[in-house]
Amino acid sequence: MPLVLRGARPYGEEAVDLVIADGLIVNIAPVGSADGDVIDCDGLIALPGFVDLHTHLREPGREDAETVESGSRAAALGGFTCVHAMANTSPVADTAGVVEQVWRLGERAGLVDVRPVGAVTIGLSGERMAEIGAMANSEAQVRVFSDDGKCVHDAALMRRALEYVKAFDGVVAQHAQEPRLTENAQMNEGILSGQLGLTGWPAVAEEAIIARDVLLAQHVDSRLHVCHVSTAGSVEVIRWAKGRGVNVTAEVCPHHLILTEDLVASYDPIYKVNPPLRTAADVEALREALADGTIDAIATDHAPHPHEDKDCEWGAAAFGMLGLETAFSIAVKTMIEPGLLDWRGLADRMSVAPARIGRVREQGHAIEVGSIANIALVDPTGTRVISSDRLASKSRNTPYASMELPGTVVHVLYGGNITVRDGALA
Amino acid sequence: MKHLLSAADLDRDQAIMILDTAAELASLTDRSVKKLPTLRGRTVVNLFFEDSTRTRISFEVAAKRLSADVINFAAKGSSVSKGESLKDTALTLEAMGADAVVIRHNLSGAPHRLATAGWIGGSVVNAGDGTHEHPTQALLDAFTMRKHLRNGSGDLDGVRVGIVGDVLHSRVARSNVLLLRTLGAHVTLVAPPTLLPLGVETWPCDVSYDIDSVLPRLDAIMMLRVQGERMHDAYFPSALEYSRLYGLDSARMARLPEHAVILHPGPMNRGMEISADVADSPRSLMVEQVANGVSVRMAVLYLLLGGMKEND
Amino acid sequence: MDSSRTRIVLDDSDISRAIRRIAHEIVENAKGADELVLLGIPTRGVALAERIRSAISEIEGYSVPTGSLDITLYRDDLRLRPARALEPTSIPSEGIDDRIVILVDDVLFSGRTVRAALDALNDIGRPRAVRLAVLVDRGHRELPIRPDFVGKNLPTSVGEQVRVNLVESDGSDSVTIHEGDSA
Repeated sequence: MPLVLRGARPYGEEAVDLVIADGLIVNIAPVGSADGDVIDCDGLIALPGFVDLHTHLREPGREDAETVESGSRAAALGGFTCVHAMANTSPVADTAGVVEQVWRLGERAGLVDVRPVGAVTIGLSGERMAEIGAMANSEAQVRVFSDDGKCVHDAALMRRALEYVKAFDGVVAQHAQEPRLTENAQMNEGILSGQLGLTGWPAVAEEAIIARDVLLAQHVDSRLHVCHVSTAGSVEVIRWAKGRGVNVTAEVCPHHLILTEDLVASYDPIYKVNPPLRTAADVEALREALADGTIDAIATDHAPHPHEDKDCEWGAAAFGMLGLETAFSIAVKTMIEPGLLDWRGLADRMSVAPARIGRVREQGHAIEVGSIANIALVDPTGTRVISSDRLASKSRNTPYASMELPGTVVHVLYGGNITVRDGALA
Repeated sequence: MKHLLSAADLDRDQAIMILDTAAELASLTDRSVKKLPTLRGRTVVNLFFEDSTRTRISFEVAAKRLSADVINFAAKGSSVSKGESLKDTALTLEAMGADAVVIRHNLSGAPHRLATAGWIGGSVVNAGDGTHEHPTQALLDAFTMRKHLRNGSGDLDGVRVGIVGDVLHSRVARSNVLLLRTLGAHVTLVAPPTLLPLGVETWPCDVSYDIDSVLPRLDAIMMLRVQGERMHDAYFPSALEYSRLYGLDSARMARLPEHAVILHPGPMNRGMEISADVADSPRSLMVEQVANGVSVRMAVLYLLLGGMKEND
Repeated sequence: MDSSRTRIVLDDSDISRAIRRIAHEIVENAKGADELVLLGIPTRGVALAERIRSAISEIEGYSVPTGSLDITLYRDDLRLRPARALEPTSIPSEGIDDRIVILVDDVLFSGRTVRAALDALNDIGRPRAVRLAVLVDRGHRELPIRPDFVGKNLPTSVGEQVRVNLVESDGSDSVTIHEGDSA
């Protein structure tokens, strides 16, 4: 019997019955006219399931922080139907064997598409190129390559990687951080870092690498993706590059759309993240860039850490924040509520664009007949208070604890199957 | 006041109260029986994650003169070794019933964290954290300057202080700028641009790259320790060039006003930021700074612990 | 302060008479003034000690060494209140060893201040004798302490408040009793 999403409003538009069968949207009918297993979606907005380009699932190696399974649960609850598992695991995902292992763990969890990201260099060491071809041709079909956590700072190596991935229609996702300018860096470099006595992470360390990389991408006519853009200056460089026709895409993290560096004054490592929280002017520029398409996608940089790595001194703490279960709410708060994006725009930035960048054919489909039924049904009027104890992630390092955020994910369909129902795993 | 984490925690009245209290305590400890019963039954823990014998001894003497029980706890930071974390150490100290923890740490913000993370209930005194602050050093510097330039009472309104050297990495400079400003003094930071933090122009002080233009206007000059290793990170080309451009030698000392005093938080790099003859001259107050450090720390411990606990 | 519940028990002339009398008694008791040291307990004891010094000087033509003794650091109730600022302690250069120290305070109540003062003296030196002079003894002792020289014995209930005003600190001289709860 088909599944009927009764009264759902695709992109917040007119309410309809969405009829799902064999994993596909098979019919869009007037409300109340379709027969089948009915899920009441009155008042809910139907969006294509979200696709995350930047997720740390920690497996293999740090299963105490997250596993593919726990991360998949967190992703599903956040409205995602696909995540890209970053390569900085232990061992590093720099061989076909590791990426296939992660991919299989994702299949086994069965809650979202887990798309492994392959390392650009062996062991993320920035020295020798990893077996990119083997990973691309493996069962995991890797298309996104990144040393995320570390920057591919050697210009010649970066050039070669950009060239090499062309053979597989791949993309190099760069963690833009000039290493010498950010030695022991702890927070955004500015007036506050000087006052707090924390070593600064200057915006130029990000912008200089992006500027170099867009010129390299243009030079070798390849595809570049910029991870977690965090500064107004980076936005300008990317805007300039896109204007010149460079094949560059970029992502922004939810936390960089809402949180600012002044939180660091508490010395609470919950706010320690890389790239660091920046200024209000940067936040403003990032929101505008996401609205006008200079930045293509929202990506969570979901970075689980065990409690002890955050319950310590700032300087001893790990970088990173959870993001999967709160990304949608932050997007609503920072982009929808101020009118910077409409629901179609949000669907593009959280699903269509990241699926395209990652070359994930099964994801990011429009809500229309014939599409694969990866669908998030969200309540735009719902709110919730974030509690770190009620997250599906194995870790607790959310910076939004006790904040009230708008927008709830109510039901999620992954390949036509219900993964989340009434805000809980089905 | 429950903690002393930053010189910015103190308003003018609180700062003067600490200095006045220190002055009274200094006169009491001139006598033969130096010990006071004030903190009998209280436990003060010196928690030092970084070697600093002089600061540790200063706090130890201060606490003992007030009859507190003192526990010295030398530890290794969680970033350095994967030994006991700050949190576990704190929980241990809490279980031992520490009324105050005096913490020195190589990481900026560690005292702040100790005070606010909910690990302990006692008072926290910052005895120097990373490149952030060292508030009791600023208090003892202010105490010393007040004694010589303002007859030992009131504030430092109008006193002109030059702070010379590695401001970027100096917790002493940060605390001094804040406290001296609170007390009405006028501070000029002097350093090569590489050793000044970004945004220093927004600090409540003047900034100069040229020590010689500043000297004739000063009432006090504070020379900061400059580590020779900094030149390996290209902060300046050589120790020789640094001392030529920014060191205080007798020729420069002669250009200070007659009444101006010289301070140094120690330990000194003789021949680097200060020449030996200047360090040993009667205008240098380094030895007195050490003595005043005990009085100021007694005052801080008394004012934090001498009354009821805030949660009593 | 509610004036209807406040009454004056000593006025300015009562106070100066009391001080002159205390000065006489001190000199008589010590058989002269040359071994005496007057130590006032801040705040008002310091002004009273100074007045007694001046009264003795009129009688004996000799200015008794006079100082102040802050007892804050010796109090037994430190943990019951927030930490407070210290008052000056100044011991006359002659010291207190082998001298007759007259402690001077405004009001004698529980005796705890005097106990603290005795502890403080102990850390400064070894007087031949210590005597206690107070302007008002209001009773309700909690320790075995008694005054040697008293301006006025003032029976009070525990709930009442006795306040000594002196020109030096309060603009005029008077001793008042205020009824009721502590303000």
